[in-house]
Amino acid sequence: MAASPEKIGSRRLVVGAHYGVKDFIAQRVTAVILVIYTLVLGVMALLAPAFTYETWVHLFNFRTGAFPTGQLLATLAVIATAYHAWIGVRDIWMDYVKPTGIRLLLQVLTILWLLGVVVYAANILWSL
Amino acid sequence: MSNTTATPAARPRKEFRNITVPQILSYRLPLAGKLSILHRVSGALLFLALPVLLLPLFQMSVSSPAGFEGFRAFAAHPISKLVLLVFIWAYLHHFCAGIRYLLLDLHMGMTKEGGKRSAGIVFVVSLALTAVFALKLFGAF
Repeated sequence: MAASPEKIGSRRLVVGAHYGVKDFIAQRVTAVILVIYTLVLGVMALLAPAFTYETWVHLFNFRTGAFPTGQLLATLAVIATAYHAWIGVRDIWMDYVKPTGIRLLLQVLTILWLLGVVVYAANILWSL
Repeated sequence: MSNTTATPAARPRKEFRNITVPQILSYRLPLAGKLSILHRVSGALLFLALPVLLLPLFQMSVSSPAGFEGFRAFAAHPISKLVLLVFIWAYLHHFCAGIRYLLLDLHMGMTKEGGKRSAGIVFVVSLALTAVFALKLFGAF
């Protein structure tokens, strides 16, 4: 290649996560998933006859035939939440924390925190 | 060409810098700006609370009928109600403001006036929904 991969033209220095297009899209796709899941859950909760243990758990472990639809939808929502939160929280660190080392540490902690969320939530959901 | 080196007598440029912490409270943001920073604050709040408060409460409520009653007992306390209401507001604000951003991405309501109006709608809807949850939590219906 003629130019080093970091430089495009004489002025523009390409840094970071490919200008974030993939993250921009992912944040919006996960947002739409969560909007739909929230509305589905909200309608199901409003249609439930009463707020009891059975109707509450049913929202998260209902089956269509033998298929665990409730658990799968909830797990999908949890994964969408974690991915969505990763981009949002990463943006917060990138906006306010300038020292690279501290920023990297916070980003690593954020990933661990969110992996914990996914494992913890999946563990709750699939033991219903 | 507007090249600064070509006009040595140019007036010194106005410098815009990030505001500092003590200036935050006196800084007057437009409505859409308030919506935006609250979108960030509510998201951060939910991120922090998820594994340490929200998921443990969820686990308690779905684990067993006894756990469900335990959750109801927890939620019966007025301070718990207020704490839950903060997170209900955070979710609803983040939800409504997020839908506004999705519409803006589709180039809907891109004008200055449109942006102000949609920000107003987000505050009205999210706060009204929060009020409905508050009334439900405190047993008004």
